[in-house]
Amino acid sequence: MTIVSGLPHSSRPLASRSGSSRMNHRSVAVDRLASPRPRLFEAVVWLLPAVAYFVFPDNLALGVSIMTYAVAVLALDLVLGYAGIVSLGHAAFFGIGAYAAGLLAANGWREPLTGLLLAGAASLMIGFFASFLVVRGKDLTRLMVTLGIGLVVYELANRLSSITGGMDGLSGFEVSPIFGVFAFDLYGKTAWWYVYGVSLVVFIFLRFVVSSPFGLSLRAIREGVNRMPALGASVNSRLRIAFTISAGVAGIAGGLLAQTTQFVGIDSLSVPRAAEFLVMLVLGGTGRLYGALAGTAIFMIAHDYLADIDPVYWEFWMGLLLMAVVLFARGGIVGALFNLVPSLKARFGRAAQ
Amino acid sequence: MIRRQFLLGAAATVAFAVTHPAFAADTIKVGLVLPMSGPFSQYGQQMQNGIKLFMKEHGDTVAGKKIELVIKDDGGIAPDRARRAVQDLIVRDKVDILAGFTFTASALAAAPMAKEAEKAMIVMNASSSGITEASPYMIRIGQTLPQITEPAGRYAGEQGFKTIYTVVADITAGHDAEAAFIRGLKSTGGEVAGSLRVPAQNPDFAPFVQRIKDAKPNAVFAWLPPGEAAINFIKEFNQRGLAAEGIVMLGTGDLTDELTITQTGDAGLGVVTTGHYSMAHKSAKNEAFVKAYLADYPNEKWPNFLSVSAYDGMAVLYHGLEKTKGDASGPVITEALKGEKIESPRGPIEIDAKNRDIVQTIYVRKVEKVDGRFANVEFHEFPESRDSAAAK
Repeated sequence: MTIVSGLPHSSRPLASRSGSSRMNHRSVAVDRLASPRPRLFEAVVWLLPAVAYFVFPDNLALGVSIMTYAVAVLALDLVLGYAGIVSLGHAAFFGIGAYAAGLLAANGWREPLTGLLLAGAASLMIGFFASFLVVRGKDLTRLMVTLGIGLVVYELANRLSSITGGMDGLSGFEVSPIFGVFAFDLYGKTAWWYVYGVSLVVFIFLRFVVSSPFGLSLRAIREGVNRMPALGASVNSRLRIAFTISAGVAGIAGGLLAQTTQFVGIDSLSVPRAAEFLVMLVLGGTGRLYGALAGTAIFMIAHDYLADIDPVYWEFWMGLLLMAVVLFARGGIVGALFNLVPSLKARFGRAAQ
Repeated sequence: MIRRQFLLGAAATVAFAVTHPAFAADTIKVGLVLPMSGPFSQYGQQMQNGIKLFMKEHGDTVAGKKIELVIKDDGGIAPDRARRAVQDLIVRDKVDILAGFTFTASALAAAPMAKEAEKAMIVMNASSSGITEASPYMIRIGQTLPQITEPAGRYAGEQGFKTIYTVVADITAGHDAEAAFIRGLKSTGGEVAGSLRVPAQNPDFAPFVQRIKDAKPNAVFAWLPPGEAAINFIKEFNQRGLAAEGIVMLGTGDLTDELTITQTGDAGLGVVTTGHYSMAHKSAKNEAFVKAYLADYPNEKWPNFLSVSAYDGMAVLYHGLEKTKGDASGPVITEALKGEKIESPRGPIEIDAKNRDIVQTIYVRKVEKVDGRFANVEFHEFPESRDSAAAK
C-alpha cells in the first residue's frame, strides 16, 4: 500500500458505488495499486514527441513551446488536479522562473542546466512563502489569493523595469551550449531535445510524487478534506508541500521558456497566461498528468493551426472547440478516452474471449 | 528501353531540381508579424491596410521579383508568440525579409533569430529607444518614443511656461516619455514642477487631475497609452475645468490619435501634441494617400500613423530591392538602405546611416475642427529629429 500508481483513478465515489459488483470494483482498485512501473502506453506516449521531431522537422518551434508549457500545466495539475486548489496565479511562478533564468544569463551565468535549477529554486522558494497564504480559506478564497499573487508579481515586474525591462521585456542575453557542446540553434533542434529531456525528467518526478503515499493523501484531501484530520493527516502542511513543489516546477517551465527563446516578456507572468494554463489543463483533463500533456498539445496545435488559417477570427473557432470538449468530453480529452476504454472492453471484451 | 526512359526521366528530374531554385528566387517572401487578433487587432488591421495599399499602387513586382506576403498573428504584446512566428517564418516558410513588429517586446524577441538567420527586419511601429542595436539587419521605419516626445519638451521650453507638470502611465514607455520630455524641456531652459505617475490599467484620473488643478501650473504634459486611458484623461481634464482655466495640455500623438480623436470630441479641442504623422498633414503626397486609403477602406475611420509606417515600410523595401537588383539577403539590403531618404505621406524621412533608426520631422499640432472633423493641425516643426536617448 506504499506505492500507488498515478494513473487515472475514478474520482467519483458515487460512480464507483453504483458499479455492478463490489468484488469487481475491488479488483480493479487493487490492479491500480499494484505497480509503479510504467505501462506500455506511457512509453508510447513519450515516444510520440520523438516521432513528431522526425515527421515534422519544420515545426520544432511549436514542439518546443508545447513541451515548455506542458511542464507548467503539469505543475498546475499537481495543485489543481491532485490537491484540488484552483490557482489563477501559476503564471506568477512561471514568470519568476523565466526572469530568474533570464537574469542569471544576462548577468553572466550562462550555463543552462544549473541556470534552470536555480530558476526552479527561486520560484520554489517564493512558492513556499506564498503557500502559507494560499492554504488558508476555501476554494474561492484560494482563487482570490492566487489571483492576488499573480497581480502583485506582475505589478512588481512592471515597476522594477530597470531590472526586468518592464513592458519591453528582458532581452539581449545568451545561453551557453548544453554541456558546453550543444549550442542552441536557429532551427531549435538543441532546444527541442533539451526541453524534451527536461519535461520527461519533470514528468517522471511528478509521477513518483502523485503515486507516493503523499500523492494519495492529496487526493484524499481533495475528496474529503474533513475526514483527513481524523486519519491523523495534517491537511495544511500537505497542501503547502504540494503548492511549493508545483511552484518550483512552474519555475522550471519558465526557465525553459527564457533559455530557449532568449527573451522574457512581462506577459509570461500575466493573469491571462495563468488562465490559459487552466484552460489547457481542463481541456486535457485534470488529475491525471497525461491530461496536462494532451491538453497543452491539443490547445497549442489547434491555436497554431487555426491562427494560420484565419489570423483574425481564430479565437472564435478556439472557443467553439473548448465548449465542445467541455460539453461532450467529460473529464477532458484524456478523461473521455479513459472512460471509453472500459465501455469498449465491456462491449467487446467477452466476444474476444 | 524502359531503362533508358527511366534514366532520361531521372536526368530531367535532376535538371529540374537544379534549375528549380531559380524559380524560387523569382519571388521574394516577406514575413509579416502583426497583431491581427486580440485587443490590438485594430493596429494590425491598420498596418495591413497600409501594406496592401502600397502594393496595390506600386504592383507586386519589384526588380523582376514577385513580392509574396506571409502574415502571422502575434496577438498583441506576446513576445514568445512573435518569436515563434518569426522562427516559423524563417524555418518553415523560408521568408527572405521580416517586417511588421508593432510592439517593442515582439521586435526584441525576434531580433536574435533575425540576426542569426541574417534576415532584414523592417520594424514598422515598435518604439522603444535603441532597439535597432539588437540586430545589425534591423531597420526602423515608424518612430521612437523619445523622438516624438522630446520636441514636446522643447516646444514647452520655447513657449516659456513657468510651471509644468508631467503625468505618465506607470509603465516602461511612460517612464521613457517622462525622461524624454524633461530632457527636451531642459535643453530649452525649462523646468518641471512635478511629476505624477498613474497606473496603466483602469486608472481613475480624478484625484490626479484635481492635484494638478490645485497646483495651477501653466501646462501639463501627458503620456498615456492610446485608447481608453488617453480619452478618459482628456475628458476628466476638461470636466474639471483645467482647460477653462487656461492650463495647456501637451502630449504626444498617442493622446490624440486619429482613431480616438472623435471619441474625445470637443473636450480635446486645443490639446497640443507632437507627432510624426497627422492625417491633416498638408502635402500632395498625403492627400493622395488619404484619398486612396479611404477609397479602399471606407469602413475604417481614417488612416493613422500605423498605416503610414506600414506603407512607408513597403516603400523602403521596394527601394532597397531596386538598389540591390532584387537581392533580399539581410546584409546586402540593409547596407543598401543605410542613409536612404524617401518622401512619405508624413513628410521627408531618412534611415540613419549609423544606427538604421528613423530620422524624420516632428510636428507640433493642435486639435481643431476642420470641415466638421477633428484633426491634428500642424503649426510648428522640428525637422530631422532623431532619438537623442539612443544617441547617448
